[in-house]
Amino acid sequence: MTTTTEAARQTERTEWLRKMLEIRLFEERVQELFMEGKIQGTTHLCQGQEAVSVGAVGALADRDYLTTTYRGHGHALARGMSMEAGFGELMGLASGCCHGVGGSMHLTDFSRNLIGAFAIIGPSYSVGLGAAMSAKLRGTDSVAMAFCGDGATNIGTFHEALNMASVWQAPSVFVIENNLYGEYSPLRETTAVDDLADRAKAYAMPGVVVDGQDVDAVRSAAAAAIDRARGGGGPTLLEMKTYRYRGHSRTDPAKYRAEGELERWKQRDPIDLLGSQLAAAGVLTEAEQSVLRSDVQAVVDAAAAAAAESPVLSLEAAKGYVYAS
Amino acid sequence: MSTHLESVQAEVAAGTVELSYREAIRAALEHELEEDPTVLLMGEDVATAGGVFKTNEGLSDKFGHERVRNTPICENGFVGVALGMAVTGLRPVVEIMFSDFMPTAADALVNELPKFRFMSGGKCVVPVTVRSIGGATGRFGTQHSATGESWYIGVPGLRVATAATPASAYGLLRAAIRDDNPVLFLEHKALYSRKGPVQLGEVGILPIGPAGTLRSGSDVTVVATLLMADRTLAAANLLADESVSAEVIELRWLRPLDYDTIVESVSKTGRLLVVEEQVHAGGWGATVISELTMRGVPFERPASLSLPDDMLVAYSPTLEDAIVPGIDAIAAKIRSLVQA
Repeated sequence: MTTTTEAARQTERTEWLRKMLEIRLFEERVQELFMEGKIQGTTHLCQGQEAVSVGAVGALADRDYLTTTYRGHGHALARGMSMEAGFGELMGLASGCCHGVGGSMHLTDFSRNLIGAFAIIGPSYSVGLGAAMSAKLRGTDSVAMAFCGDGATNIGTFHEALNMASVWQAPSVFVIENNLYGEYSPLRETTAVDDLADRAKAYAMPGVVVDGQDVDAVRSAAAAAIDRARGGGGPTLLEMKTYRYRGHSRTDPAKYRAEGELERWKQRDPIDLLGSQLAAAGVLTEAEQSVLRSDVQAVVDAAAAAAAESPVLSLEAAKGYVYAS
Repeated sequence: MSTHLESVQAEVAAGTVELSYREAIRAALEHELEEDPTVLLMGEDVATAGGVFKTNEGLSDKFGHERVRNTPICENGFVGVALGMAVTGLRPVVEIMFSDFMPTAADALVNELPKFRFMSGGKCVVPVTVRSIGGATGRFGTQHSATGESWYIGVPGLRVATAATPASAYGLLRAAIRDDNPVLFLEHKALYSRKGPVQLGEVGILPIGPAGTLRSGSDVTVVATLLMADRTLAAANLLADESVSAEVIELRWLRPLDYDTIVESVSKTGRLLVVEEQVHAGGWGATVISELTMRGVPFERPASLSLPDDMLVAYSPTLEDAIVPGIDAIAAKIRSLVQA
């Protein structure tokens, strides 16, 4: 590796660190805003899973498509959605990406080809496949990345989509974020296999197990799958082994977890992992990382404050979203 | 391709023609595929042998298997695929082979298609047409005979259309495909061979919303859909010999529902009968009666002729015929209302 390429790589990794911090601190602020009553209903946070969002979504080109789930804040931010649009949506205000109509579980952004965030498991895969087939039929070279969680691998739509994608050789990348719990239930109680990537065999496509805490590993695996899809090689199933630090949703204290499990996973925190590597490589000192964290916190604070200034959408305007005229 | 098909195609080129309901469906699909390169068909067996009900005959040969695409047997999956295609620039027409299968795609039909544009803050359109073929009298048994016509009428964001005549089939299907909203388009399998005049081309495309008056009359308003509209028209024609004058309204859209046409008719006749191939509870007939009552329309006690409550469609031909309202039963009901 030449010095220049190595420098570029480290610059990119520094950007990943910043983006992961943005997601982490965004989610922490969401939690605070919830406690203050400024965000209501429910939220599904992704602290601990930032490397998957940044590594996988960041590997997409602008022209590619993305579908995600109710645990989608990280994917949306990694795709380039502004924090203000995210906070505004969660606060139910017109400044939100969906003008406050969708809420926490539906962070979509058609201007960035983030075409769906689903509160019901399954259709992130079928709809994502539709976007991939649309790209293929329209003669473009766009690919579509679809996310789901480990729990979604037991619903029919997951299997229906993988089968169709393989039969049609769709330019799709399917990502499972395996955070070990489907809502409150541990994976081993609900699922017949340990490695969810094994399910790819039934659909004659590659299934790859990836260390979801290692952003470099995530990026490499995602980039390879995207290249394969774009080159006409068909779909890939990627299983990201990861962990969510919070419960399933706002009301879940996650007391079902074994003692020490959370702490063990935090030993491999994706932000700390990359941060220590960057420090060891002399790219970014601990002091510089501390400054970076403060910078990101300031951006988060400013975005939350700016979003909160927004009015609420009028009921008349919301009615206009039901049907296209 | 059959000689018959070629002769139909020749007539199609000429303008108004006599077509079967099946040929009208096929013509609508063909014309939309021809005129809009973003239109495509998907579903189980749609590309093979013209489809199960032969509504797609020759279309995969003409437009290719990419645009007329067979899917695996997985309704929820492929309706979801259609949604992904629709929000990225295509205009898919999906076929659910029997209406009884629609609930296997209920997540897509209820939670995804109708809510997608709304939840995005109006940032997308969802031009998906879901065709489905329903109805009894074909001896298909309990799980292949539902019309399903009222299952999804309470879903904002969705449109629901039904076709009772070849002209309606052609005009409504083309309107559905052209609409930027998700439309559930319901056909009745007993009507496929029914013939009637169809105006082809742009002039034959029907508007979204309005009901159709199949027959004018002054004594009673009868509202019906699908096969029941067809049978009601036959019953009304019989009753004309007895000097009973029935106005027959084909309810083409169940969502949006054209109350105004019904109100206008009932204001004239003073009597209302709804004829439904479904149980009365929870259906469009009850909704129509409720709305007219709330509007204070003056009419005599309204009546419903529908499938018997707490009963299901049986396979046995004798039993099935006893369950589904026939022409004689409809005529008798109309007669009883007018002569009461």
